[in-house]
Formats: sequence, structure tokens, C-alpha cells
Amino acid sequence: MGNALINVPGTVKRGEAFEIKALISHPMETGFRAGTNGTLIPRNIIQRFTCTYNGVEVFNLTLSPAIAANPFISFFTVATDSGSLVLRWTGDGGFSAEETVPITVTS
Amino acid sequence: MPLIRAACIWWHHRKILRFAQDDGKARPYAIAVGLSLMAPIAVAQQSDTRRSGYQDMSKSVQTMQDDDMANPAMLWVREGATLWAKRVGAADKACADCHGGVESMAGVAARYPAFDTALGRPVDLEQRINLCRRDHQQADALANESRELLALTAHVAQQSRGKPIAPPTDPRLQPFADAGAALFKQRQGQLNLSCAQCHDDNDGRKLGSATIPQGHPTGYPIYRLEWQGLGSLKRRLRGCLSGMRAEPYAYDAPEYVQLELFLMQRARGMTLESPGVRP
Repeated sequence: MGNALINVPGTVKRGEAFEIKALISHPMETGFRAGTNGTLIPRNIIQRFTCTYNGVEVFNLTLSPAIAANPFISFFTVATDSGSLVLRWTGDGGFSAEETVPITVTS
Repeated sequence: MPLIRAACIWWHHRKILRFAQDDGKARPYAIAVGLSLMAPIAVAQQSDTRRSGYQDMSKSVQTMQDDDMANPAMLWVREGATLWAKRVGAADKACADCHGGVESMAGVAARYPAFDTALGRPVDLEQRINLCRRDHQQADALANESRELLALTAHVAQQSRGKPIAPPTDPRLQPFADAGAALFKQRQGQLNLSCAQCHDDNDGRKLGSATIPQGHPTGYPIYRLEWQGLGSLKRRLRGCLSGMRAEPYAYDAPEYVQLELFLMQRARGMTLESPGVRP
């Protein structure tokens, strides 16, 4: 289960663009740092972040080790129908998290 | 800053003297006007020269702190809300079972460290949380700088956001605050520096590329971009100590609380921003 703050407006007008903001709790360990005993700390990053809107992918992002811990992701999409946004992020070590946010579209 | 202040005072004296020399009769009047002008200026200087580190940050970091959606410390605050309501320990009690809603914590972070009668010494907010865990929840103390302790502290501190820092006027605290003031001025470490030499004498100037802040504890616990995580004032003080190549005190050393107490008194009346973001 991922710990994240997700912000989506509750209601949007059809055809209007709206912003989706996600602040994800994640260490984004680069894999290049050594621990106190001198051995490398294994890489642990989010590799991919996607957002689907009523089953249609509207946004995806590939993350790199240079991105800081607790990444903040913000993007826009156009309101089509009421339903749900599914935000999903996967990473090293088979890590996977998902959050579903409802959205109401008014005409 | 002291140089500028000295220059201002010299300028005033010079003007008064000149005026007085022009006309002997006007001398008492001139001095009276001069003094009455200087008094409000001195007061204004005192209140104006104190700056939160927030004011010296770049606009982007300020925006990050101001927007609860972008402030990464809010991840800890949210975790703190879960912990506030979670029953733990042999007593099977949650914070909420005694304190109710976290709103009851409004203003608490602004007046800590506070005197603990049972211990006979001041305790800071983190230590108070751990004392509560031990005495009322009968649970193990949370480790210093652990995610849980920082989360609870951030959740409690957020309730005081926007409130002025108001350390208690408890006379029992004074010897500890005085000890903190002495520590602040005491040179230590291989670099033989005191806190005051940076934060009182050279604030606003650069140390490498970073602006030296005045060191007011206005936003703790802070999300520091350099740490990529949340940290307490104690962690900040440890960083300063190792920066001046002194050995940081042990985590439970009374020196930290004394310094925290002095810093809070020094920042009395400044607005608390917790949880803050710093570069």
C-alpha cells in the first residue's frame, strides 16, 4: 500500500482541463550511495507512474534515479465522463501501489 | 548587522552634534528630539531585524512550503493523524482517547520545551510524546528521529501553525534557558566557533552558496531538501555541531533542550510555520 497525497477537484465541467496532483512517499534510493558499512545500498526507486481515466491511460511517466525522494507529480487531463481516476506506481523489488479517486463531471 | 547598527547610531549622533553646534540655544531641544527619534528606531530595528529562514529561501521553496499539496512534510502529518488515533501499549490507549481531537493541541508546539515537574527539568515536544507513551499508553518510547515520532510531532506542531512562538514564563525554566544562552555563545569544536558567531554576527551573509539564517526555530519539524526527509530541531543542531567539528551531544543530552529553550525565547512572538520546508 502506497502512502501518497492525491489532489483532484471533486467536480469538473465536461470538456474542461483539470489538474491532478500526487505527492508520493518514497525514498527514491539511487543505488549509488554506500551505507555506513561501505557496501552499496540497493537501488529502490519508482520506475513507472501511470494514470488511467475510466480505463483509458491519460498520463504515464518513467522515473529515473536522479529524481529526489517523495516525488511530486502534477499533470492535466480533459474531463469527459464521471467515473474514477486510477493512479498506479510500480518500482524496484516488485513494488506496486494504487490509488483510486472518484471524479464527477457536470455538463 | 552590528556594523550597520553602529553606523546608524553614529549618524544620529553626528546630526545631533551638528545641529547643536549651529545654535547653542537649540541644544537641549535637539538632544530631546534626537533621543525621542532614536527610541522608536531602536525598537523598530529590534523587531525588524529578526527574520525567519523562510524569508531567505527561494520563491520556489516558499511555494512548496505554503502549498499543503506540495509540502512533503504533509506526508508525515497524515501519518501522524493515523498514529494519533491508533491504540498502542499495554494500556491500549490512543492519543485521541485522552486528548480528543488533535485540535486540542493548538498552541502546544509554540510553548515547548516546557518544565516537567516529575523530572525536574524541561522537556521538548518529542520527549513529551515519549513520556505520554511511557506513562499513559505504557508503550515503548519511539526512537529519536524515527518516522513515527516525527509524524506525531509534525501532526501536533501543525496545530500551532500561524500562532506566535510563546515560551512559558515559568521561572523554573530560566536557569535552563540561561545555560542554553551560554552554550549559544560558547566556542567549540575544531573550528572553535560558537553558534552566535554565525547566527548573530554573520546572519544574512553566505557560507558557501547558502545564506546564513538567524537560526530561529520557526518551522520544526522541517522537511529539509538536503535531508530528503523530515527532521527535528535536534537533528539541525547536531548538523551544526558536526559542521563546526564539535562532537554532537548524545541524543538525550540536556544541552539540546537548553538550546531549544533559549532559541524559542529568542524567537518569542515570531510566527510558527510548522511543518516547514528548508533547502
